[in-house]
Amino acid sequence: MKDTILQVRRLCKNFSGLVAVDQVSIDVRSGELHAVIGPNGAGKTTLVNLLSGDFSASSGTILFHGRDISRLAAEKRSRLGIGRSYQKINIFPSFTVFENCRLAAQSRAPRTLRWLRDARTYESVMNQALQALDAVGLASRAAEPALALSHGEQRQLEIGMCLATEPELLLLDEPLAGMGVEESIKMIELIGRLSEEHALLLIEHDMDAVFQLAKVLTVMVNGKVLATGTREEIRANREVQTAYLGVIEDPLA
Amino acid sequence: MTNITLPRIPLIFALLLLALFPLVGTTFYLQLGAKIMILAIFALSLDLLVGHTGMVSLGHAAYFGSAAYVLALISPKYEAANLWLTLPAAIAAAALLALFVGALVVRTGGIYFIMVTLAFAQMIYAVFHDTKIAGGSDGIYIAVRPALNIAGFKPLNLENPSEFYYLVLTLLALVFCFLNRLLHAPFGRALAGIRVNEQRMRSIGYPVFAYKLGAFVVAGALAGLAGYLAACQFGFVNPDILAWHQSGIVLMMVILGGMGRLHGAVLGAFAYVFFQEVFSTPALLGAYAKHWQLAMGALIVAMVLVLPHGIGGFIDIALRRYGYRVRGGKSQTAQ
Amino acid sequence: MFYLIQLLNAVQYGLLLFLLSSGLTLIFGIMGVINLAHGSFYMIGAYLAYWLAQWTGSLWLALPLAILIAFVLGLLLETTIFRRLYRRDHLYQVLLTFGLILIFEELRSILFGDDVHGVAMPALLNFSIPLTDTLSYPVYRLFVTAVCLAMAALMYFVIHRTRTGMRIRAGTSNRDMAASLGVNMPMLFALVFAAGVALAAFAGAIAAPISSVFPGMGNQILIICFVVVVIGGIGSINGALIASLAVGAADTLGKVIAAEYSAIAVYLVMAVILLWRPQGIANKA
Repeated sequence: MKDTILQVRRLCKNFSGLVAVDQVSIDVRSGELHAVIGPNGAGKTTLVNLLSGDFSASSGTILFHGRDISRLAAEKRSRLGIGRSYQKINIFPSFTVFENCRLAAQSRAPRTLRWLRDARTYESVMNQALQALDAVGLASRAAEPALALSHGEQRQLEIGMCLATEPELLLLDEPLAGMGVEESIKMIELIGRLSEEHALLLIEHDMDAVFQLAKVLTVMVNGKVLATGTREEIRANREVQTAYLGVIEDPLA
Repeated sequence: MTNITLPRIPLIFALLLLALFPLVGTTFYLQLGAKIMILAIFALSLDLLVGHTGMVSLGHAAYFGSAAYVLALISPKYEAANLWLTLPAAIAAAALLALFVGALVVRTGGIYFIMVTLAFAQMIYAVFHDTKIAGGSDGIYIAVRPALNIAGFKPLNLENPSEFYYLVLTLLALVFCFLNRLLHAPFGRALAGIRVNEQRMRSIGYPVFAYKLGAFVVAGALAGLAGYLAACQFGFVNPDILAWHQSGIVLMMVILGGMGRLHGAVLGAFAYVFFQEVFSTPALLGAYAKHWQLAMGALIVAMVLVLPHGIGGFIDIALRRYGYRVRGGKSQTAQ
Repeated sequence: MFYLIQLLNAVQYGLLLFLLSSGLTLIFGIMGVINLAHGSFYMIGAYLAYWLAQWTGSLWLALPLAILIAFVLGLLLETTIFRRLYRRDHLYQVLLTFGLILIFEELRSILFGDDVHGVAMPALLNFSIPLTDTLSYPVYRLFVTAVCLAMAALMYFVIHRTRTGMRIRAGTSNRDMAASLGVNMPMLFALVFAAGVALAAFAGAIAAPISSVFPGMGNQILIICFVVVVIGGIGSINGALIASLAVGAADTLGKVIAAEYSAIAVYLVMAVILLWRPQGIANKA
């Protein structure tokens, strides 16, 4: 039985009258990829924002390793081991690819002598950044400015930045959005590898990818959880079919 | 890493020039030179905030002026104060003030930050101008420049223009080197990240508030150093030293020279004083020379509209056009 | 009775601040421009009133003329200079408008010198209403209060009840959306800017008989306006009204309690608000 790392209970978010997330409860276990799917406007990105700390919840609890982090600021949640990638690419465009990851890795460096020694002399930080870049396959592009990368590569960099902070839980918000076929295949492989060592919450619209990767799925509609279950359970669920999937042909058949 | 590589050779050359200048310069030019270098330290301190961390402070003169006032207030009436005691005290006072104000204002951002830094600086101005705490609008005189005595030994006599010049030059060089190290260190790199994408810095785990407050305090302390030296040189301190006009001038210097490059701030100070001298000579503008601020204002407007990257940026663009590889700045593969 | 006088002063000052600050906060809310020269427009209005009143012999003539000139000046400035600032970093806006302040101050110095000048109150209003045996209140100040109230009401009417006002409100909440819905943004911007300049000039003109005209008068009051905008929240007219009255009260109260520290009182209020609610009173977090 895998460890439940993240427990979300009855999470709500109101935006002056508009209920974006309504009593959502979800569990994420380590080594397990939990996908959240649903139509546009279902509240998926808002959910991720609530989990990462970019938004503060109106009510409900978020427990990380049993600890209540509902009121914790985003930077503190990151330090606890929660990494997050954004739907809209959120990197440091004018820095080099390597510097993007190095900066992320630096956030975890111990406090000593951070005012006067050149940042490049901190070996553990440099290595961590290189490892993260390697993991996402961007090591060869390290010296280039981040904005020279293609869209897909920038998405890989985003994930690389998350990895550089050595997270336990990864929150990925539509990492495949806007990607071409080849890039998607690479990204799906990457996500698959990551899900073996991390707890992963994935928001995605690409159904092929979702059904290929996810062990557990949650379907959200209008801010509420419609159903949670394994691949087969969700596929067979009548309500889910009417609300979102339509009658689906088994892509694995 | 971008934007912080320095053109080594020109810098060393410039330092040599500055160091050798007293051998040929007259007293007037020595004093002018010291004044420019003091303003350069002031501009460098603001560049850390504005150019490097992206925090546009319109109240930086408050820390410049407070340190000046500290010297004026603790200097004995007719004797030299002890520099070894008064300089750290003045810097500490400026840093403490920056800490208090910073704790309140750093939480805000964008346009709010600009306005509240201005407002707090104005409050401090009001304290010195309206109340009798420090001589009000009359100001305070510093009859004798501070002395560097230790155990009877007197390394420098600050009343001597060229010795004062050397002190300022040494301090400028030290501040420059310090900031250079700081910007290459993890702290400085984090500040750069905050300027480029503050939200992302938060989401990768940086306590952004603490970093920004740190930058604010360091900048305030360095401004205090400059203010102390200004008080030494001028021998007189009045509320104008804290006025928002002064804050605007130092901001202008930072942009004039090109933001985000340390040598830009120094260039900006030189350029500002240069233009001030040019605009205020009767030889050039005749009767309007006393209204030199009109020309200065027009220069600022023209510069913002035409040359947003200041003189330093203009030089970079010109160099690139002629095929020279310029270190730092955006790479050519960028769109 | 003494307190009544202070209250009246506070309201009068607060409403004057409101006229100035509403222009400032609108220009920022809609065009995204921070304009340090706004205080200079106040000064321009005051000096225009002084000069025109001398030239025409009547403040009643001078006031509308000053507003008209200021409006035209605003249109000119917007189309030539400010238009280029809209998409730029606040830093450059600050610098450019700071340069403008220098220009305006020196022009004032060249044209009018550096002395303080009085502006005569119109004879019609140049008397005081007796309140007690010893205390009386100048009618002109009541007139100023009344006029400011009328302008405030006019502003509310225009913004909340006319189509132009609707476009302004749309522009404040979402500039690009309003543009894509067909609102002629460039013209709207020019109008709003010119109106802001005219408002500031009007405030300066009408206050001139009370405060006199003197160098630096614009800059002094600009910073108070900044405090008002910070407290009230950027882009919010309602917030500007509440904050202006609060600042007016703080300033007046400060003068009563300890004249030396009255200026500081206003900034202290701002500091407290910042601690409690950094986004301003009227704005959401």
